[in-house]
Amino acid sequence: MSEASAHVVHHGPPTSFIRKHVFSLDHKVIGKQYYALALVAVFTGMVLSWIMRIHLVWPNAPIPLLGLLSKVGAPGGIVTPEYYLSLMTMHGTLMVFFVLTNAPFAAFGNYFLPIQIGAEDMAFPRFNMMSFWTTFIAFCILVAAFFVPDGPPLSGWTAYAPLSAIGKDTGPGEGLGQTLWALSIFVFCIASLLGSLNFIATTLDLRTKGMTLARMPIVSWAWFITSCIALLAFAVLLPACLLLILDRAAGTSFFIPSGLNVSDHLQPHQGGSPLLWQHLFWFFGHPEVYIAILPAIGIVSHILICNMRKPMLSHKTIIYCMMGIGFLSYMVWGHHMFLSGMNPFSALVFSFPTLMITIPATIMTLIWLGSLYGSNLRINSASLFSIGFISMFVSGGVSGFFLAQPSIDIYLHATYFVVGHFHMVMGVAAIMGVFAGTYFWFPKMTGRMMSETLGKWHFFFTLIGTYAIFMPFHYLGLAGNVRRYSAFTDDFLVPLIPVHKFITYAALFTGAAQLIFIFNLIYSRFKGAPAPDNPWECTSLEWSTPSSPPPFDNFGGQHLVVYHDPHQYGVKSSTGDYLMQTSPERAGETP
Amino acid sequence: MSGKLFAVVVILIALASAVPIVTHTFMGATVAPPPDISTHGAEIDKQMDETMIEAGLSFLAAQIVLGIFVWGAAGAKGKLKNFPGGAKYLILAAILLVGAEAIALGAIGSKAWAKVYFQPASADALPIQVQAGQFAFYFRYAGPDGKFGALHPEKIDEGNSNFFGLDPENDIPARDDIQSGELVVPVNKEIHLMMHAKDVGHSFYVRELRIQQDFVPGLDLSLHFTATKIGKYEIVCTQLCGLGHYNMKAYINVMSQDDFNAWLKSQSNT
Repeated sequence: MSEASAHVVHHGPPTSFIRKHVFSLDHKVIGKQYYALALVAVFTGMVLSWIMRIHLVWPNAPIPLLGLLSKVGAPGGIVTPEYYLSLMTMHGTLMVFFVLTNAPFAAFGNYFLPIQIGAEDMAFPRFNMMSFWTTFIAFCILVAAFFVPDGPPLSGWTAYAPLSAIGKDTGPGEGLGQTLWALSIFVFCIASLLGSLNFIATTLDLRTKGMTLARMPIVSWAWFITSCIALLAFAVLLPACLLLILDRAAGTSFFIPSGLNVSDHLQPHQGGSPLLWQHLFWFFGHPEVYIAILPAIGIVSHILICNMRKPMLSHKTIIYCMMGIGFLSYMVWGHHMFLSGMNPFSALVFSFPTLMITIPATIMTLIWLGSLYGSNLRINSASLFSIGFISMFVSGGVSGFFLAQPSIDIYLHATYFVVGHFHMVMGVAAIMGVFAGTYFWFPKMTGRMMSETLGKWHFFFTLIGTYAIFMPFHYLGLAGNVRRYSAFTDDFLVPLIPVHKFITYAALFTGAAQLIFIFNLIYSRFKGAPAPDNPWECTSLEWSTPSSPPPFDNFGGQHLVVYHDPHQYGVKSSTGDYLMQTSPERAGETP
Repeated sequence: MSGKLFAVVVILIALASAVPIVTHTFMGATVAPPPDISTHGAEIDKQMDETMIEAGLSFLAAQIVLGIFVWGAAGAKGKLKNFPGGAKYLILAAILLVGAEAIALGAIGSKAWAKVYFQPASADALPIQVQAGQFAFYFRYAGPDGKFGALHPEKIDEGNSNFFGLDPENDIPARDDIQSGELVVPVNKEIHLMMHAKDVGHSFYVRELRIQQDFVPGLDLSLHFTATKIGKYEIVCTQLCGLGHYNMKAYINVMSQDDFNAWLKSQSNT
């Protein structure tokens, strides 16, 4: 089936500026648009985290310009408790949805999945364009919440009902701001569903001749598995957000029980269940972690294979592990709810598959480590971020071992330990994957090389900086430091303020180090050294395009035929120690 | 050069990360759970310690091996070598070691969990009702008649100190109920907390007691514990409940049975 449809030309080359750069059908332009949106979102989210960190340790410090953004939330630039929660809500939402879902999956997946399987575009280019612009609308709706009169929502990125469902009575920001939040995520779900369908159809139908599923690079597998996970996950969050909007706007009571007295107002609701929201949210929420991390796993595996100059010990095992993780991710959502009041027996039922996820995660880690052994590892910014990813994945993973156990969760739940855990494994690790992908694919995307010197500085500052931020989060959690507090007024929290100061300094430092990356990105885009066709001597199809960046149909009218899997490294061939997937040549003896 | 630097940095980070775990201090702050004051907490602490050892060793081993392998491989140009035994033994090791570790921790850990959640409070436990609302906890004792008055959310009137929505005019058991902003309990006596939320979700967390439980609006939940040490400890809210979340707290005052009886008497007189 794949061969027959692989050579359909979906659309001609764009002619107008708008068609070329704005409403483009080209998956590469759409990929770059996703990347740009993620970049805007990640820097917004990072600045919000800076404001939060500064507020936590210097509560009375006026933050320049913040007073202009919100006269009520930050009078004179001094953050109020409710505005702190709003910043936190927006930080989490921007990062989880618009960065961690968009960058490793939608951005790189859009750009490189079709090329890696030898297709000329996505299966449905118009859907693809719609996915991006729908995501963009979702982003605008979310950002609009900053500018509504009673402020942005404050119920956290998890938007637990009934705080999120009742409306204004529960506090500032819970009016229009919260409705915009629910609407934004609702729209985001539509975009993600369209995107995942497109990824699945493209992978299954548009592979070029000889590109069997087994010959797809691991990263294409990662995008494919992720799109299957996303299809099921966002399909659950979509109706959940709709019900939340109805509770807020139409007076329904899906998530609101009877008899609630909020701000001395008896609420006119009955029959709803706050736990229903938690179940629906986390049924999406846990797979979402893997939507963020699996593409990163794929990206770093792809980069490592190329830079180790030898295949992984077992590619199939990594792919099976990703599938296993994807499958298990639907059986563990209740571990976010051990203490939620659901039947305590269920905690053990959810705990077991959670602990089991450690097995495929460990297998993958051991395969990476075992493959690194005895390799000729080429050190560049991309491979450094890839090994940095492994380090961070391990660090974030082992703390999951604590939280997977309900008995320990009694103590650590809702503390900074949890915040440290998910920032490391889902946030920093996934972002390291994105950085690795950026340094690796930039030459293909722009035709120019990024500065390796700046890339290496960026890597070491980021590695040390992120550890300095997030390792101490675990220590705070062990001391029982509760998360989502805008100030530390409790007797037992005051002594921990020096630790928070350390973290704030580390966050400011690490954030500033990202300017090196931005400079490198912009400078190299215009002034970088011209990139050779295949600078990393990599075998997969994205390095078989006739130019960098590739022409609109990727291969300039050629119909590629694939002869090998993409792991032909450490072989003897006319090109050196590797064999392109498109080369009909047979690999010689291992040198 | 950068590869070897990475190897050194990642090993140093791993070792440095372990220091506060072993010494329990970081930047002059104590970063360990406070001493346990409950009858069930020892098992949780034991579970935590065992997990810390297993997870900590896995963490150190993985980072150090990563460092060593990268050191060896970075910039190498020699003959490629395969890991002895290939993937098979690594997969087997992961399944057996981690699987055994996961099953062991899961099974042993469930004992501690069961102790808190599977056994109901004993019949002679002291029942205390706790209500969470934006942004305070209120506690209610049944009074001399041993019966709690019924709740009427529409009658909640904080201005007149009717925090629970009682109706003493029409409801006889409500008349002697004792309301308090502090959770006062006798030492070494099992307490049965009957929990409900007035408005949105909240949570009840006492570090020293090793207990944490969400309040879910619409659900009546219960929790039981026995405090073993006299003293005053903080109860904090751990479920985001609105702008005053950070400041939502109360104290649990653990006193001797005699002091508790005297306190109860003083409260019922007022």
